[in-house]
Amino acid sequence: MSEQDINAEIILDHYRNPHNYGKIANATGSVTEYNPVCGDTVHIDILEKDGKIEEIMFMGRGCSISQGSASMLTDFVKGKSPEEIMKVGDEEYLHMLGLELGPAREKCALLPLNAMHKALQERIRK
Amino acid sequence: MIDSNVIKKDFPVLSRKFHGKEIIYLDSAATSQKPRSVIEAMSNYYENYNSNVHRGIYQLSEESTDIYEKTRENVASFVSCSARETVYVRNTTEALNLLAYSLGHRLRRGDRILLTEMEHHSNIIPWQFLKSKGVELDYVKMDADFNLDMEDYSEKLKKNPKIVSVTQCSNVLGTINPVKEMGSLAHERGSVFIVDGAQSVPHMPVSFRDLDCDFIAFSGHKMLGPMGIGCLVGKLEELKTMHPFLGGGDMIREVSYEGATWNDVPYKFEAGTPNVAGSVGLSAAVDYLRNIGMDSVMDHERLLIRETLKLAPEIEGLVSFGPSDPEKRGGVFSFNIGSMPAFRIERELEAGNMVVSGSVHPHDVAASLDQQSIAIRSGHHCAMPLMGRMDVAATSRASYYVYNSIEDVKNLFIALSDVKRLFAR
Ligand SMILES: Cc1ncc(COP(=O)(O)O)c(C=O)c1O
Repeated sequence: MSEQDINAEIILDHYRNPHNYGKIANATGSVTEYNPVCGDTVHIDILEKDGKIEEIMFMGRGCSISQGSASMLTDFVKGKSPEEIMKVGDEEYLHMLGLELGPAREKCALLPLNAMHKALQERIRK
Repeated sequence: MIDSNVIKKDFPVLSRKFHGKEIIYLDSAATSQKPRSVIEAMSNYYENYNSNVHRGIYQLSEESTDIYEKTRENVASFVSCSARETVYVRNTTEALNLLAYSLGHRLRRGDRILLTEMEHHSNIIPWQFLKSKGVELDYVKMDADFNLDMEDYSEKLKKNPKIVSVTQCSNVLGTINPVKEMGSLAHERGSVFIVDGAQSVPHMPVSFRDLDCDFIAFSGHKMLGPMGIGCLVGKLEELKTMHPFLGGGDMIREVSYEGATWNDVPYKFEAGTPNVAGSVGLSAAVDYLRNIGMDSVMDHERLLIRETLKLAPEIEGLVSFGPSDPEKRGGVFSFNIGSMPAFRIERELEAGNMVVSGSVHPHDVAASLDQQSIAIRSGHHCAMPLMGRMDVAATSRASYYVYNSIEDVKNLFIALSDVKRLFAR
């Protein structure tokens, strides 16, 4: 198995058995992000405490890439500071997923990261 | 009877292989492949005849002009209208924009336009532009079997729309609408009746004379011809009185600094240097289709759709969108594996859906078929309002043409049973 194939298996596994799926009742931030082209949707709730993401949950519907990526993102951001997360750019994130994706599927993969950034920005505005 | 395996050999692209397998191309509703005769006709034009039309006094230009006008006659005869009624445009989208712009000139606040729930964006957006003038839009509903509700149509016609514009065949559902009957009813009310022929002209016999319509629009690239050429066919009296669309060279008779007068129909609507090579390709495509016979084209696709509807129930959880009667549809098959409603958090919470759904997203369906070298479409198919109406975020779509065989359909379903295994959760 190539590294590509392994990464594809990992994201598929997250898609089949998503981590942190659900709602946070006392969320400090939440956002729904949507890709009109394919209808992929990710809703993210975050709970911040002492300058860190203490808890994060997501819900959504979409392809294996968008939903698998959302699940991986929740694992990735937990315990990190909003500043650290805001610094993660598209390219870095795609590299982390380690998949070879065409431009249409890249959008699917990036949807959860965009949602996360939006949730944090909205909280900063408040 | 068509032998699609023989026909396939005329299409160079269809011999390409992906993942070690020859491509099974099931996206002809988006664009068709082109036979060698079309490609060769176009390169022959560029190699031997290229020069601008309607301008030069030298022989090469005269030959080019002659070729351009002969293609117009050929394409016109294919849909049973006269060459003067045949305006070359880029595609269906441009034809419909031309109509909305030019006919829109006549409309006033409170005038109505009647469309249907199953229109492509190109038969919605140009009309929506007119809302800024105070024009109002209505949409004919469809029934539970994805056919237009003719009672609703009659009801909405009572509001005396100035324009009725309807697709003859839905690019999502495959539904063939009774446009002849609809045109007669529209004319009883004095409405202008427009047919979007993008999915019908390539796939079934269509006669402008026989249909009771004022305009029909279609794209060359969906009927074995090249991209960048299409037609707006319109009744001569209508075209003559309509305001031009694009202004520039070729479309004028006389110009002064103060104003201009317009050229004759159809040139009035063909501003600028036209796509002559495109017209040559389209004409060759028309020859190719005529040689097969449009009745045979339609029968062949019906055969494939019958096989499709027969195999569909074998895929567990498959939901299909389109009339259940194969005799009422074209070669288009939209489906989902499991339900795929648009995600709305309030709705999910209300329904207590705190687990992931078992459906397979159309993107995954398409990507996984691609691994088997089967090309299908997934997404909203430029019909977002229809997706909303059906309460789906997106669908997968297989669409057929003359080069597809029964084996292609069978292979589609073999591959689909694998998709289910891979993505089930
Ligand atoms: C029913 C229908 N109308 C209009 C169009 C627009 O055609 P084009 O993109 O060639 O302008 C399409 C193409 O998908 C179509 O299927």
